[in-house]
Amino acid sequence: MSKVLMGRMLAVMALVPTVAGAARLNLACGSVGQEQELCRQGAEAWARQTGNEVSLVSVPTDAGQQLTMFQQLLAAGGRDIDVFRIDVVWPGIVGPFFIDLRPYFPESDRAAFFPALMRNNTVDGRLVAIPWFMDAGLLYYRKDLLEKYHQRPPETWQALAGTAKVVLEGERRAGQARLTGFVFQGKAYEGLTCNALEWVDSFGGGTFVDAQGQVTLDNPRAVEAVSFIASLMGNVVPRGVLSYEEEGARGVFQSGNAVFMRNWPYAWALANSAESPVRGKVGVMALPRGGPDGRSVGTLGGWQLGVSRFSAQPELAVQLVKYLTSAEEQKRRALVASFNPTRVALYRDPDILRANPFMGSLEETFASAVARPTVTGAKYNQVSADIRNAVHATLSGRGAAQESLQKAHQKLVRLSRGGRW
Amino acid sequence: MARPRETSLLARQRARAAWVFMLPTLVGMALVAGWPLARTVGFAFTDARLTDLSAARFVGLGSFVSVLEDPDWWTAVGTTVRFAFVSVLLESVLGMGIALVLHRRFAGRGLVRAAVLVPWAVPTVVSAKMWAWMFHDVYGVINAVLMWLGLLAEPLAWTAEPSLAFWAVVMVDVWKATPFMALLLLAALQLLPEDVYEAARLDGAGPVRSFFRITLPLVKGPLMVAALFRLLDALRVFDVFYVLTGGGSETQPMAGYARQWMFEFQELGVGSAAATLLVLLIALLTAVYLVLGRVRLDVGES
Repeated sequence: MSKVLMGRMLAVMALVPTVAGAARLNLACGSVGQEQELCRQGAEAWARQTGNEVSLVSVPTDAGQQLTMFQQLLAAGGRDIDVFRIDVVWPGIVGPFFIDLRPYFPESDRAAFFPALMRNNTVDGRLVAIPWFMDAGLLYYRKDLLEKYHQRPPETWQALAGTAKVVLEGERRAGQARLTGFVFQGKAYEGLTCNALEWVDSFGGGTFVDAQGQVTLDNPRAVEAVSFIASLMGNVVPRGVLSYEEEGARGVFQSGNAVFMRNWPYAWALANSAESPVRGKVGVMALPRGGPDGRSVGTLGGWQLGVSRFSAQPELAVQLVKYLTSAEEQKRRALVASFNPTRVALYRDPDILRANPFMGSLEETFASAVARPTVTGAKYNQVSADIRNAVHATLSGRGAAQESLQKAHQKLVRLSRGGRW
Repeated sequence: MARPRETSLLARQRARAAWVFMLPTLVGMALVAGWPLARTVGFAFTDARLTDLSAARFVGLGSFVSVLEDPDWWTAVGTTVRFAFVSVLLESVLGMGIALVLHRRFAGRGLVRAAVLVPWAVPTVVSAKMWAWMFHDVYGVINAVLMWLGLLAEPLAWTAEPSLAFWAVVMVDVWKATPFMALLLLAALQLLPEDVYEAARLDGAGPVRSFFRITLPLVKGPLMVAALFRLLDALRVFDVFYVLTGGGSETQPMAGYARQWMFEFQELGVGSAAATLLVLLIALLTAVYLVLGRVRLDVGES
């Protein structure tokens, strides 16, 4: 696709009040939930302060589609976007197109962020992006329904299934035909890989590829984990999850049609917003363990801001990144929309903890969130695609977990070139 | 094509003038179609990655081999061919039916003819998204209506389960492309001479008989051409699948496979090989279609 055409396509832009003669930056931030609005407010504030102009670029909600769009633009040397919001698994993929931010962020600034995130964003010694907000998979549940049926929030996946069945049985008898037990992100896209990682690792089945680059996907614990979730399809889990992204799952949960939901922290503020039918009825906790000897695992997610190598005003773009990742702006985002800060100190901020109690009580979940296997470098997307396709096939009833995972395992081994990737 | 053996000076001049007039178009075609195609075929013989095109090395048929060895590619080929066959067949039959109705004189015919074109005018991405909501398992109107009618006991996940999703995609494509078929067939119907039908009526042929004996043979040519257009379209299908199912390997057309390798996996070489194979396959199927089509056409004429 040509640069010009791409630029036209990206031109679905929202102009921020302008100052004549001021420089103009293009910023691509997310569009899931209230992110677009939140991002606009932040960018507008910076624009007013500095007398510049920022345009927001609309991006697809599906992370994989965003990456595709960014790559086409960057591979063509496009100048249409100055500041990119990138996923935690992308630094190895788009890093070469971004400038090194170390000169702009002295050691003292860098130390304020979670070290694991800063390490993740450092590619070949270059700091390609600054952590903006972090994510970990969380379990949302309907406090009111669990209390009604005298159920405790589930500690294990097995308990979740049991509880969901009890509630469903009772509610369906009461005429709630639409209610479902558990919704998550089951469409064959990046979100499913995140969900699958949580199931498999919580059963003790590892992280698909270990830190040394060896493929570990096919093992009895992993098979057990995927088989267990597959056994819930059609009874506890509606078959529609096979087409849900984050917002699809949230739509069902927030309209009161699900007992449990796996989602990222952003769903907290929305589920408790003024127009939410489940406002005040929602609890949030760490994801269940895979049986009594399993552990609770949330996949590490999160988004970073990087500056394009092709930007016409890199210095100015860095100023925007500094503003958006500042403590004040991150605090505002946490208060308004429950976006988890990437600065360690903010987790002790009383205002933030009051608005988002889970950020304090689930600090452990965030601190120990499990990263996706980025040891696979630029091949990560292929790895993710093979895993999610295998899991999707099993969940949709096309092949047992054993054979799906085995097939994907063999593909990954071939792809890994003996762990060298 | 029969050409007179001796070409006069005038004819030669005309031919030269024709070339001059065609030149801008030919140059334009070479730039916007020929060049990208050549580049794609060129990349197919390399290990080019999207991140650094200059580092591409020539790898011969390596990229083609890796596509042909990938079971996902063959799943995509199966999905696409099945999709093309089923949807074009349904569109032809339904399009014919609609064309026959629109061919009759009735009040408000002009309005109906215009209205029929609406699905064709809506951009595919928009209509696919619209259908995605109608197919939604919890809020979708399709589940609601079917359950209200008592045809479904519980909601179906139309776009989620690969077996259902295929038919959902076929349905959307049929909904969209049938008007195109109907319009082309209607144009053909309107050229048919009335007196043949009159003669048939006098001979006592009923409407069914005269449709199969007169109408169908006479519009066979336009029908074949219209179906060919649709077939080419259907074989390179991408958007309906992409919007409706989101690209799991089980419901992915060939073009989706090529896109995934080119952009999602950054393997421009492998993606280009898949794209090249897609072009070759379309060419092959078109050739088969034309050969088979001509044979049947001859039978019809004799």
